[in-house]
Amino acid sequence: MISSLVDDVLRRLRSNPGAMCALAVTLGIVALTLFGPWFNPNGSQALDWSHVASQPGLQNAHWFGTDRLGRDLFARTLEGARVSLAVGLVASSVSLLVGIAYGAIAGYIGGNTDHVMMRIIEILSGLPLIFFVIFLTVIFGRSVYLLFLSIGAVGWLTMARIVRGQTLSVRQKEFIEAAVASGAGTVRIIVKHVIPNVMGPVIVYATLTVPQIIMFESFLSFLGLGIQEPHASLGTLIAAGAGEMEAAPWILLVPGGLLAVLLLALNVFGDGLRDALDVKER
Amino acid sequence: MLRYFLTRLAGAVPTVFVIVTITFFLIRAAPGGPFDQEQTLPPEIMANLQSAYGLDQPIWTQYGRYLGALARGDFGPSFKYKDFSVTELIGQGFPVTLELGTLAMALALILGVPIGTFAALRHNSAADYLTMSVAVVGIAIPSFVVLPFLGLLFGIYLHWLPVAGWEPASIKHLLLPVAALALPPLSVIARLVRGSMLEVLRSNYIRTAVAKGLPRRTLLLRHALRPALLPVASYLPPAVASIMTGSLVVESIAGLPGIGRYMVQGALNRDYTLVLGMVIIYSTLLILMGLIVDLLYAWLDPRVRLQ
Repeated sequence: MISSLVDDVLRRLRSNPGAMCALAVTLGIVALTLFGPWFNPNGSQALDWSHVASQPGLQNAHWFGTDRLGRDLFARTLEGARVSLAVGLVASSVSLLVGIAYGAIAGYIGGNTDHVMMRIIEILSGLPLIFFVIFLTVIFGRSVYLLFLSIGAVGWLTMARIVRGQTLSVRQKEFIEAAVASGAGTVRIIVKHVIPNVMGPVIVYATLTVPQIIMFESFLSFLGLGIQEPHASLGTLIAAGAGEMEAAPWILLVPGGLLAVLLLALNVFGDGLRDALDVKER
Repeated sequence: MLRYFLTRLAGAVPTVFVIVTITFFLIRAAPGGPFDQEQTLPPEIMANLQSAYGLDQPIWTQYGRYLGALARGDFGPSFKYKDFSVTELIGQGFPVTLELGTLAMALALILGVPIGTFAALRHNSAADYLTMSVAVVGIAIPSFVVLPFLGLLFGIYLHWLPVAGWEPASIKHLLLPVAALALPPLSVIARLVRGSMLEVLRSNYIRTAVAKGLPRRTLLLRHALRPALLPVASYLPPAVASIMTGSLVVESIAGLPGIGRYMVQGALNRDYTLVLGMVIIYSTLLILMGLIVDLLYAWLDPRVRLQ
């Protein structure tokens, strides 16, 4: 039964050329960030003073040119993309776990618990959340792990809402009643019966959360609050490139272009997955 | 109607209060203070500064004082911008940010709704696919990438528009920032309108209206548009939030003297009162937006009753 559903989804996904293209592009970028450095002799932090802000070309294997300090842009952009992807995956997982747990508990228990928990979400989503991430990074210092946590910590609100909504409808089903009648505990019911049945929309939303979080991380790094020098993320590279735009546009175009392509591919794939799973827009 | 509005407005006060309280204690928990500099100040001067701004008092007294001043509409003095009150700083920058945001929002609505309707009317045609592909690009690519790209194209290569800078009442300087800010909400709105318009156009009462022989124009404007705008109404608060966050970076890239810069700088400088002032402004705007959406809903959908 389950396998036929998965087969259905995969078949529909395969017949969507846009989504398959996007998947190929995403996997290509992931492979490039992982294996690209093997093919290029330049390190991401090595300074090449004889080629400062040089144009893309074959000299010294600076395929994408160099930045103001003579660092190879190919290597730096790949490092930046690797960091951005890692943040996207880890922070999405954090928000996924928190969102599922919160939403399933609120939706299943219901009553006053649900009321209070949803009121908390309402207040939190009324806040300009960017402030809180700024505060968290300011208070706890600029560590990469805290960046993961703080971005994930603000990303779970929508996920919790979606899971709660799904849980409310699952809770009415007979198999839950059967589980209650056979004496299963609340925790067991939530983990074993509720969560597996709300996974469809959750997977779709999670796929669309990854690009949002990558965008958010780049935004923070752009503001100087995320990844710090000498390390790079796509956001810091774009910020540096925007300042050099007139004299050396490639410093902006390389990381900016890669971020644009990556986000586009992830979004198109997420949309395709949503169509394949036939999840209604909220 | 008025009573509903006032009740909801009163209901927003506790929310703002909670937000102010959380922010107040969160920013105080951050290590460092507003008077930390490269060179450490002599302890006497430090003590003088602290007592001048009331920072030597217990934190609860400071909290009480802040709330008291706030109730009188006083946001307090800025710690970092000497001789400026937070009210003055925000008062100077807010009109610029407001102009930028309003123009972006207006552009997103004025272009997004017709584009979405157009795509729905030509469902599954090449024009539909093209506009929706452009919309995905608009959603996927953040404004801090779009704006430098636009600047590169229109400012540096074509010399049509200034890359950055600001002059009062100069639309030329605002054009690129507004376009970059408007693109993501514009794309979302176009997609939302297309989806809901498709659903509305399939409904029975539209078929009845067609059968009656109503002209297309009347059909669209009088019967189809209003229900099709419902999802746009509920998207407005997130749209405003996204424009607010976007304006943070857009203002800094384009060199606009808005309030965006105070948010990050205020937190980094531990300019407690400035940060609190910004939080209050932004959360009030968001809450107001939620309220406007409820009123819009009642207007768009007669089945909704405000209580």
